Amino acid sequence: MAQQPQHRYAPDNLLASEPNKFDASKLKSEEMIINLGPQHPSTHGVLRLEVVSDGEIVKEVVPHIGYLHRCFEKHTESLPYNQIIPFVDRMDYVAAMNSEHAYALGVEKLLGITDKIPKRVEYIRVLVAELNRIASHLIAVGTYGLDLGAFTPFFWIMRDREHILRMLEWASGARMLYNYIWIGGLFYDLPVGFEQRCREFVTYFAPKVKELEDLLIHNKIFIDRTANVGVLPLNLAINGGATGPLLRGSGLAFDLRKVDGYSVYPELEFEIPVGEGKMGTVGDCWDRTWVRVREMDQSMHLIQQCLNKLEGEHKRTREFDPQALVPKKIRPQAQELYTRAENPKGELGFYFRSDGRSDIPFRCKVRACSFVNLSLLPELSRGVLMADLIAILGSIDIVLGEVDR
Amino acid sequence: MDNQKIGDLLSTVATVEVVKNTSPECWLVPATSIAEVCQLLYHNPATYFDMLTCITGVDNGPQANAMEVIYHVYSIPLHQSLMLKVVLPRENPEVESVTDIWKSANWLEREVFDMFGIAFKNHPDLRRILMPADWKGYPLRKDYQHEETYRGIKIDS
Repeated sequence: MAQQPQHRYAPDNLLASEPNKFDASKLKSEEMIINLGPQHPSTHGVLRLEVVSDGEIVKEVVPHIGYLHRCFEKHTESLPYNQIIPFVDRMDYVAAMNSEHAYALGVEKLLGITDKIPKRVEYIRVLVAELNRIASHLIAVGTYGLDLGAFTPFFWIMRDREHILRMLEWASGARMLYNYIWIGGLFYDLPVGFEQRCREFVTYFAPKVKELEDLLIHNKIFIDRTANVGVLPLNLAINGGATGPLLRGSGLAFDLRKVDGYSVYPELEFEIPVGEGKMGTVGDCWDRTWVRVREMDQSMHLIQQCLNKLEGEHKRTREFDPQALVPKKIRPQAQELYTRAENPKGELGFYFRSDGRSDIPFRCKVRACSFVNLSLLPELSRGVLMADLIAILGSIDIVLGEVDR
Repeated sequence: MDNQKIGDLLSTVATVEVVKNTSPECWLVPATSIAEVCQLLYHNPATYFDMLTCITGVDNGPQANAMEVIYHVYSIPLHQSLMLKVVLPRENPEVESVTDIWKSANWLEREVFDMFGIAFKNHPDLRRILMPADWKGYPLRKDYQHEETYRGIKIDS
């Protein structure tokens, strides 16, 4: 006989496991608690917002997170370093290459082999990471349009993103969760003809950014919905730990690729776009989105430079083995290390503690950019209109896989 | 500002010592004076640690009988990273909150509380953040036992 399911529907359980912070009976008579999510398209995943509203005005927002919590950090305490990479993919699943890159750089630093990594490997890593950065920003901008009622841009970005996903699938075998960047090397060299196809993509994509800008970013309705909305002053951004486009949108040219100069970024040329308050105030939702679009241009520029290097100085040879330096056994010396890298959404940091006796980390902590950026939502959306709350949430660009880990 | 100078500066408010084999530098600070040390690092123009990047909790296990809270701070204008470490007992661990210095500490401290059960004094909103509110135990402690069921739902292991 099949075993009966033991659980039953019990609404009280739901309130016990995720109770409201505010008590409805203690609010003023004109105030009301509105629950948004966890199943709501504009929360970009399973995020629940408890909104205390006064008519259309948002008095207070309390994000309830953890619906996608898989306890990444607990898993890492029972896995060897190289087997953690697929778990890292599943944090920020729309920018897995970037997370892998950050993780691999961290473990290489732990092992002290950072300088030994061949340049070709490093250029391929940057190439795929920048491709993924474009894909991530496309999702951010496209779904943001969707949040604000613009339907068409979403289809356009999905069409363009598909080119990137297919290229990365060609290289790694997977569309989103790649496991391509390994500690000390790569899963494989780029497939033959990848550079050519990548160049074709760059030629194809450059006018599409302009198109997206005309269609969405400089659209009157879009500007009206985002300019002067959700202004994040720079001092609050820094104090609140904001990084990535959120911080740059507030006017500070802070990009870890430049600041820390990790990987081969010091050898490449690119600019850091910052919010200038073109349509309203510095640090509003429009600025953040605009920074993302400008960053796509910069990523294209980086991709072209990588391609030049990969077809020039560091070109494909028969002898080149991207797995040559991949360590068979990863046993770092006892130490503590905090390492970080620039993800599309901000600073992705890893804290490692190794005891020097085992192949698994004693502790691996992730500093998730979406998590810290999301913690600014209550500050940003106090006193705004209900519709603006959605605009602000979308402009932060969170991925719940990374918020909850 | 080099490591030695930071050490000298910190010694004016607390007895600190440097932790070996870390990157960036890590200072061991007594649990009672962490808020004071953070205030100093935040306000002193020579250090100016304006960003609290991350807070990590570490459980050293029942044998060592110690838990750690590590603060990762960063100074944007001076481009300097630093770690501050606090060691706490495993029984009723408690440390002063730094939320009134850095806003980012709010959720980061909640996460450490959620995963390790380390209480942060004077935290404005210390609730569980990732786990359900009625969850028993603190998952990232080394002696954490996996539950068999959650609300009658069997947990596959």
